[in-house]
Amino acid sequence: MTGKTSATHFWQGNEACAEATIAAGCRFFAGYPITPASEIFEHLARRLPQAGGITIQMEDEIASIGAVIGASWAGAKAMTATSGPGFSLMQELIGYAFMTETPCVVVDVQRAGPSTGQATKAGQGDVMQARWGTHGDYTSIALSPNSVQEMFDLTIRAFNLAETYRTPVVLLADEVVAHMREQAVIPPSNQIKITNRKKPKPTDKAFFNGEDIAPMPSVGEGYNVPVTGSTHNEHGYRFTADRTVHEKLVKNLIRKIRDNAGKIVDYESLNVDDCDVGVVSFGCTSRAIHETIELAKKKGLTVGSVRLKTIWPFPEEAVRNMAKNVKVIVVPELNMREMFYEVERVVHGAVPVVPLNKIGGGEMITPEELLAEIARSVKKVD
Amino acid sequence: MQKRNEVRIAGLGGQGVVLAGKILGRAAVHDGKRVVQTQSYGAEARGSAAKSEVIIADERIGFPKVRKCDVLVAMSQNALDKYLKDLKEDGTLLVDESMVREVPEIKARVFNVPATKMAETKLKLKICANMIMLGALVKATGMVSQEAVEKAITQSVLDKAQKVNIQGFRIGLELVKQ
Repeated sequence: MTGKTSATHFWQGNEACAEATIAAGCRFFAGYPITPASEIFEHLARRLPQAGGITIQMEDEIASIGAVIGASWAGAKAMTATSGPGFSLMQELIGYAFMTETPCVVVDVQRAGPSTGQATKAGQGDVMQARWGTHGDYTSIALSPNSVQEMFDLTIRAFNLAETYRTPVVLLADEVVAHMREQAVIPPSNQIKITNRKKPKPTDKAFFNGEDIAPMPSVGEGYNVPVTGSTHNEHGYRFTADRTVHEKLVKNLIRKIRDNAGKIVDYESLNVDDCDVGVVSFGCTSRAIHETIELAKKKGLTVGSVRLKTIWPFPEEAVRNMAKNVKVIVVPELNMREMFYEVERVVHGAVPVVPLNKIGGGEMITPEELLAEIARSVKKVD
Repeated sequence: MQKRNEVRIAGLGGQGVVLAGKILGRAAVHDGKRVVQTQSYGAEARGSAAKSEVIIADERIGFPKVRKCDVLVAMSQNALDKYLKDLKEDGTLLVDESMVREVPEIKARVFNVPATKMAETKLKLKICANMIMLGALVKATGMVSQEAVEKAITQSVLDKAQKVNIQGFRIGLELVKQ
C-alpha cells in the first residue's frame, strides 16, 4: 500500500500494522488467530504473499514464535501478532530470542485478562509482562501506539529497533487502538526509514555478545554458527557452568539496550513546563488527555502530559523532569496498577503519584473521569 | 452541520452495526471530515449486544468513544433500552420498528423505520436492514452526502453484495420524509 506518493487511508489499527509490516520489509508472519489481533493475521494472509512473503498459521502460539525465530535466522524480517493468552504462551521462546539475539517483532494487542478474561474488551494489563514476561535477566523494548497512524509508524520502528539491536521488540497495542478506524497518512515508500541488521564479513568469527551489536549471519551462508539458548560465548559455543561467560553475555544483553536508551526512548510532552498537575499515560488511555487539558483550564487547573510512545525502556528523565514542576502526578491506566509503580519508582517521593484504574467491559477512562481524579488529587495536596 | 457529530449504531451481533458504522465513517472521510470509528461486540459471532460508534468532526478527534450522542440508531429493544439515556435532548433517534416494541416519549426527533421488514419483503435479505437504517440516518440528518455513502459501500462490501446494499441504502433514504 505504500507507493510513490503519500496517501491517506481510512484504516483499522490492525490493518495499518499489517501494512507497516510489509513496508518495513517483513516477509514472514506466523501466527494463531486471537481476538483482538486476528485482523493483522487476516490482512497479512492476503497481502504478504502479494509482496513475495509467507504467512503461515501454526498449531499454537508457541510454534508461531518458534517459526518466527527460525525465519529470522534464515534472513527474513519476521513477526507474530497475538493477545494476552497467546503472549503468555510465547514467553519462553521470547526469552530464547533475547538470549540468541534474534531480531523479531511480537505484537500484543491487549485485552482484559488474566486468562481468557474478556476477549473482545480492551485492557492494558500486559505492561509488566512486556517487561518481565520471560524468566532470567534481560531488558526489553516495548512500544505503545495510541492511534491508527502510530499502529503504522511504530510497527515500522519496532522492526528497525529489532534489527538495530538484534532483539525481540514488542508492539504493545490495545483493543481500542487496534480495532478503531481513522485516517492515517502513509508516506511515500522512499521516505520510510528502514534499518537492516548488520551482516558479517567473510572473515568474521564472532556473532554474539559483542561490545557493539555483533553481525548476524543467516543459515546457509556458510558460517559456523551454533545458535543456542544456553549460555554461549561470542562464537555461539556453550558454556553452561562458567560464571564469567554467563555474566558477560547477560550484561551485554542488558547493556546494549540500556546504553542506547536515550536513542530508543520516545514520548510526547504537552504543557509540562507550566502546569500544576502532571498526567503520565500511554496507549488508548492517552486519547483522553487533550480534552482533559481543555476541561481543566475551564476549572482553573493547568494540566501537563507525558504520553509514552516507548514504555520500555521507560522514559525516566521525562517523568522525573515533569515531577519538578507539578504538585501531583496522576497515572490513568486500564489495569489494577502497573505503570503507576514505575512512575512512583522514578519520581521517588518528589511529589505524590496517584493511580486511576478502570478494568473490564472495554470501557475507557473518560476525560471527565480523569479530570475528576485530577481535581480530587489537587485538593488533597493543597 | 455542527462541528462535531457523534453517532451510535446499536443492535445485535450479526445485524451489521459495525459495517454500517464503517461505511458511515468512510463516507465522512470522502466528504473531507475527520473521523474515528470504534466498535464493541461480544465474544459470540451472533446474537450478543453489538454497537458501533462514529465521531465526525472538522478537527482532530482525541477521545474516540461516544459519551453523549447526537444520533442513536437502535436495531433491538435491548439497544434502545440501554443507550437511550445517552442521546442528547435535541438529538435524533432512529429505530428499526420491526425489532423494537416500545419507544418511550422523548424530546428528540424520532424516526420509526421498518428496516428489517422491508429488507425481508423488498430485498429478500434480512441482513440488509443495516443499510436501510443507514439510508434513513443520512436522509434524516444530512450528516454525509449520499454519493459518499454509495462510494463507501462499494469500497466496503464484496462485489456481489454491492448492488443489494446500495438498494437497501436507497430504500432507507425514501422511507424518511423530510
